[in-house]
Amino acid sequence: MTDTTFEPTIIGFTCNWCSYRAADLAGTARMKYAPNVRLIRLMCSGRLDPTFVLRALSQGADGVMITGCHPGECHYIEQNYKALRRYLLLKRVLKGMGIEPERVKLVWASAAEGAKFAAETTAFVEEIRKLGPLHWRKKSDQFSVISEAEQKEVAA
Amino acid sequence: MTERIGVYVCHCGSNIAGVVDVVDVANWAAEKLGRQGVVIAREYKFMCSSLGQELIEKDIKELRLTRIVVAACSPHLHEKTFRIAAKNAGLNPYLVELASIREQVSWVHTDKTVATQKAKAVVSGAVSRVIENQALDELKVPINPNTLVVGGGIAGIQAALEIANAGFHVYLVEREPSIGGHMAQFDKTFPTLDCSACILTPRMVEAGTHPNITLMTWSEVEKVTGYVGSFNVTIRKKARFVNEELCTGCGICEEKCPKKVIDDVYEAGLGYRKAVYTPFAQAVPKYPVMDTQNCTYFLKGTCKACEKFCPTGAIDFNQTDQFINVEVGNIILATGYDLFDARKVSNYGYGRLPNVFTSLEFERLSNAAGPTNGNIVLRDGKTTPQSVGIIHCVGSRDRNFNNYCSVICCMQGLKFAHLVHERTGATVYNFYIDMRTAYKAYDEFYQRVLEEGTLFVRGKVAEVTDAARHSNEKGKLIIQTEDTLAGKQRRIPVDMVILSSGLQPRHDAKEVGKLFGISCSTDGWFTEKHPKLDPVATMTEGIYIAGCAQGPKDIPSSVAQGAAASARVLDKILQKEVALEPVRASVDKEKCSGCRICNGLCPYHAILFLEKEQVTEINLALCQGCGTCVAACPAGAISGTGFSNEQILAQIDGLLMENLEMV
Repeated sequence: MTDTTFEPTIIGFTCNWCSYRAADLAGTARMKYAPNVRLIRLMCSGRLDPTFVLRALSQGADGVMITGCHPGECHYIEQNYKALRRYLLLKRVLKGMGIEPERVKLVWASAAEGAKFAAETTAFVEEIRKLGPLHWRKKSDQFSVISEAEQKEVAA
Repeated sequence: MTERIGVYVCHCGSNIAGVVDVVDVANWAAEKLGRQGVVIAREYKFMCSSLGQELIEKDIKELRLTRIVVAACSPHLHEKTFRIAAKNAGLNPYLVELASIREQVSWVHTDKTVATQKAKAVVSGAVSRVIENQALDELKVPINPNTLVVGGGIAGIQAALEIANAGFHVYLVEREPSIGGHMAQFDKTFPTLDCSACILTPRMVEAGTHPNITLMTWSEVEKVTGYVGSFNVTIRKKARFVNEELCTGCGICEEKCPKKVIDDVYEAGLGYRKAVYTPFAQAVPKYPVMDTQNCTYFLKGTCKACEKFCPTGAIDFNQTDQFINVEVGNIILATGYDLFDARKVSNYGYGRLPNVFTSLEFERLSNAAGPTNGNIVLRDGKTTPQSVGIIHCVGSRDRNFNNYCSVICCMQGLKFAHLVHERTGATVYNFYIDMRTAYKAYDEFYQRVLEEGTLFVRGKVAEVTDAARHSNEKGKLIIQTEDTLAGKQRRIPVDMVILSSGLQPRHDAKEVGKLFGISCSTDGWFTEKHPKLDPVATMTEGIYIAGCAQGPKDIPSSVAQGAAASARVLDKILQKEVALEPVRASVDKEKCSGCRICNGLCPYHAILFLEKEQVTEINLALCQGCGTCVAACPAGAISGTGFSNEQILAQIDGLLMENLEMV
């Protein structure tokens, strides 16, 4: 049964050249899309370290949208292909962890595709709504990520 | 050190404030983000105005702020503005972070409560991130004053001449044996009907003899390394088998060569050339090239007639391809277009029905220096057509082929109509979808052709066939079309059909783009930095585009773009150095395990493995800052300035802070 009151929180990663500009265009053209996505700008989808996705999911995101230039149109020539590889690998890792791989989605959007960006965002929000909340949040009333002391401990 | 952060929320008039409760966002930031280090949060009508900037500058000085977050529009619009403001107040410009609450919030959402909540999350993300920002210095690189121009058509010639005339050196590289491009093949140019060669050849000669231009024809760029200011380019100078030092261009070799070859390039397959040839009489440079695929000596090992008769001994059968390295600061790509292959529209019969011609074939047919000396005749070489049909939009504005308008075909079709009329007196029909005659004196030309008696049929031609249904169609080509103005189907028998074929990207545009590190649009044309405001620059600094390589255009626009690109290059040269965004990757050698996972990832060859130390190093000058290697390093040894792991992780946490608090 789908929880109708559930509003998913989604983190979106964009590249600086195509998909962020698509998001800008969606704004300039006043296209409306679901407000559940919060964007992070990277220089390139190739910058996306899969741990960013895991961090987002562990910190309360119910889904993660990765966006970049279309294959063959990457500002950095071919780095979006590397994002594609990592994305496919990450989905398998998520499955192994017991998380629905559909919680992560890859979308190509050129700087001219504001409408596509808006439509894909809204569609993804609905997909996540169907999946329900992830419940991987830290059950802590304090806002704290891994403390520095903890990090050092892990590193050592 | 605890940071002292200032948060500035912009109303953008009502653009933001109309949807987002900006006062609430500012108050919330001051209250809830205080423990993050926010010491002041203000809202203001227009943050980007001089008053708004002064407000920030004043706070930086008086409140000793160490970090700034501006919640306003997209960083692509005003990041620079606020960075300069910070710099003016003595704060490193890279300690400023923009939170886009206009393009990403107020303009795309309608529910005020939800929008305000999202704006808070976006601000929270920016605050968390800005704490991790590092003070950075702009990267300054010197500009080599030499320029490479690729493509010797009219756009490339124009660009090369402008730069050379300004006193700087240009390497002009052309793949064919002569410069001139497509324009050299035309007879007349619309709408003025100037003879194409008469206006082009003086420019070609100027480019060929200019002391500041090194002309390299029959040459192609093989490899490009480096970045704006200092590109290193390897050019393959294909073997001509003619010694340029000795050759005088007398043409005796061509005269004596016994082998005749169909000229597919310059004569569009309508005429012949020899196996050793200059493509046309006014070719620049005048040295011929040897076509080794057809030369009898290369095929059979005997002949050498050219060598025997050459008065200066310039023929050299032992010549090999040469590789030349040049250092340049900027590159202009003016690589032009390919003509749409009309064979693909099989229902128009090109290649099957002999008297269907392409536009380029007709250009050669009507050219006084062409294979028929300018006589417009049928494929048999002697019959003058009594009626001619010109079909527009062949391969353009057609979902089956190319969606775009090829821009020049309407005017080209009108020009053909005029020439046929003038030279043969034949009845001329133009079949068009829409008549597009924008720009100066173009529509007047259309009126002129109308008055000359050319007949216009509005509608897309369905088929060209030789299957006659009526006696008057026997031996003719029948054009089956819809006449949308008369509202009926028509069959029009003609003697000759000319297909006004569209333009399409060079067959190897994708590979060329990759070679120079620029991208192509979905149609395949090189992508400009901004379609309106920056049409000759590309996303890669130091690489410019001009002419049809950027999209279909006519001669005046190609010339204008050539000149525009050269102005951009001259601007760079005169600045002597260029400032680059300090977004770069670097390796912590202590952490690098030498696994080499990153080594194959960089398309700019910026990653080097130091065999001696068994660690990887990144060349800062070559690095473009994409961050792919940063993400790949399993040891976390590579860090990227401007977009570090710390910054991004902090932003993720910041964006999700609201969620954590709600738990």
